[in-house]
Amino acid sequence: MAQPVTLDARARDKDTLLTTKRESLWQDALRRLIRNRAAVIGGVIILILYLTAIFADKIAPYPYEKQTLVDQNKVPAWMLKVFPTMQPYAKISDKYLLGADYVGRDLFSRIVYGTRVSLTVALIGPLISLFIGVIYGSISGYFGGRLDNIMMRIVDVLYAFPGLLFIILLMAFFRSTFARPEPGTFTYTVSQLDARLGGMLFIFIGIGLTAWETMARLTRGQVLSMREKEFIEAARTIGATDLRIMFRHILPNIVGPLVVAETLAIPGYITTEAFLSFIGLGVNPPTPSWGSMISEGAQVIRTYPNQTIFPALALAITMFAFNFLGDGLRDALDPRLRGTQ
Amino acid sequence: MGRYIARRLIYLLVVLFVVSAITFGLMHAVPGGPFDREKALPPEIIENLNKRYHLDEPLLMQYGRYLYDVFIPRISATPPQGSVDDDFLITVKLGNVWFKWMNFGPTYSSRSRTVNDIFRQQLPVSAQLGIMALLVAIIIGMPLGILAALKQNTIFDYLGMSVAIFGVSVPVIILGPLMIWIFGVTLKWFPPTGWGAKPPFVLGIFPRELGPEFFRYAIMPSVALGLGSSAIIARLTRASLLQTMREDYIRTARAKGLRESLVIVRHALKNSLIPVVTILGPLFAALVTGTFVTEVTFGIPGMGRYFVTSITNRDYPVIMGTILLYALILVIANLVVDIVYAYLDPRIRYD
Repeated sequence: MAQPVTLDARARDKDTLLTTKRESLWQDALRRLIRNRAAVIGGVIILILYLTAIFADKIAPYPYEKQTLVDQNKVPAWMLKVFPTMQPYAKISDKYLLGADYVGRDLFSRIVYGTRVSLTVALIGPLISLFIGVIYGSISGYFGGRLDNIMMRIVDVLYAFPGLLFIILLMAFFRSTFARPEPGTFTYTVSQLDARLGGMLFIFIGIGLTAWETMARLTRGQVLSMREKEFIEAARTIGATDLRIMFRHILPNIVGPLVVAETLAIPGYITTEAFLSFIGLGVNPPTPSWGSMISEGAQVIRTYPNQTIFPALALAITMFAFNFLGDGLRDALDPRLRGTQ
Repeated sequence: MGRYIARRLIYLLVVLFVVSAITFGLMHAVPGGPFDREKALPPEIIENLNKRYHLDEPLLMQYGRYLYDVFIPRISATPPQGSVDDDFLITVKLGNVWFKWMNFGPTYSSRSRTVNDIFRQQLPVSAQLGIMALLVAIIIGMPLGILAALKQNTIFDYLGMSVAIFGVSVPVIILGPLMIWIFGVTLKWFPPTGWGAKPPFVLGIFPRELGPEFFRYAIMPSVALGLGSSAIIARLTRASLLQTMREDYIRTARAKGLRESLVIVRHALKNSLIPVVTILGPLFAALVTGTFVTEVTFGIPGMGRYFVTSITNRDYPVIMGTILLYALILVIANLVVDIVYAYLDPRIRYD
């Protein structure tokens, strides 16, 4: 897809080629990305969010699981100006920046800790789906023939599964298979790891198992278009092995579209995690996730809207940031695609 | 074309078969059974219940029995008994015999209800929500995309694409609660929860009257659900129209002195809408199957809650029924799209 820009440059000004500094595809893309204001803002927000996630225990004024039952549903005084409907019944406490939830946990601290879940998913989700999808797709596309046919039919069948239903089924399977394992067994080790991660391990596996198919299809298509190019043939004639051709010659040339597709898929992974936590199959309580906070808050939205709206805003800001960055990356790596998809 | 459709239909059957096998295997691999309770039932009762629902048989036999009940039509001399075991989704009287097809089985959560009852009463609500959301997506998405393409790089373009980014960045899980709070609780424009149409439905899907009552309830959830898809439609329309406007035949149309409005409507729009039309199928399938959060947030009595409750309760026939139904909707939507595609674009031939 993306032609190395050096070729274009060579065609444009033949004489200056030797004197001007050559610019690689990535340098050129980076330059274009930095010029895109929305993408830069998105990137900065993502950076801030990651810093928040790393230093959550320094930023949050309270531990996320600390319950102060007397402070149930209390709100700070300024909140009454924003949500005047609360006036008649709200109890005021300025101890909490955004108020406290139904068991008296600090909402702000929980939102801060919630960045950890969403942003870990944003990091791990693409890695897993890239790993499986790229291997699967490049084998299918590179070797072609009957193998390709079988592998793609498998992907087709998996596509026919309604995604959310499949992931719910998988989560139910993991959650109850690893519910009460014997110490010392493999399942015990896995469930301990999951408990350490606050229930995120199975979310990763669930997202990974349902998200790789799109990447596999994309990779296959890209590999197919590369496979017949002359430079691949050249590599083959000098005796390069299949593995070398795949990793040294094909993959570096298709990495652009893959990165763009994966960046644009990140909001989807974040939503999936929020959805799973929303229906109670996501993170283990009391680990805070924006999804579970929204679902808890939605039950009291008529009386205490702040308990839903702030986690929802946090989620929205994160989604905006990743979408802006993804759009910017796409425009930067392949200007011809601007505004598509 | 006929051969292509026939091949696709066979393929569809294979897909449904594989989906049903994987689902069946996976759900029985989940530990626990449908009759596990906080306070355990006496073993004799569980034994009897298992016997009643054939859960004591080998898995392969249960699977065979399920496939037999769902896929194999029956011809019977007796009219439907109205019992749980004799509840078929399709029952037609042919002369003096009854043609019965598709018995999706009982639900374990209720002795008198069947999966077919859920399909009859809850599925239409989800379908109505899905159709409304699709309409919202088209009504918002297409004009935005067209405007953005015709006025490329102007304020309209940026505005339209901002709306598109908003749509993909704010899924139902965010938009739902926000809309309830703003338009339902604070401004009191719409009822915050509920659904305006109740069974029985016309043709099994449509509400009996499409009055203000229906829309009062339907508008908020359909916008919440459809906005994300409207973003997809807007982007696709814009990209497709931009590409079409650069085609040679557009230049020809302009060169022969055709009015710009005619060029756009008759030549550009018509051709650029092909890719847009073709994604409506998968989009519809995604909207109907993706109503869960919307239904929970807005308290709509659709299929959504059965997704989760059936799996957590190990209500096997309901799990199988919902997954098979949605898989069917997905594959049929894709099939229809491929056929429509060939019809709209004569260059595409399936042989």
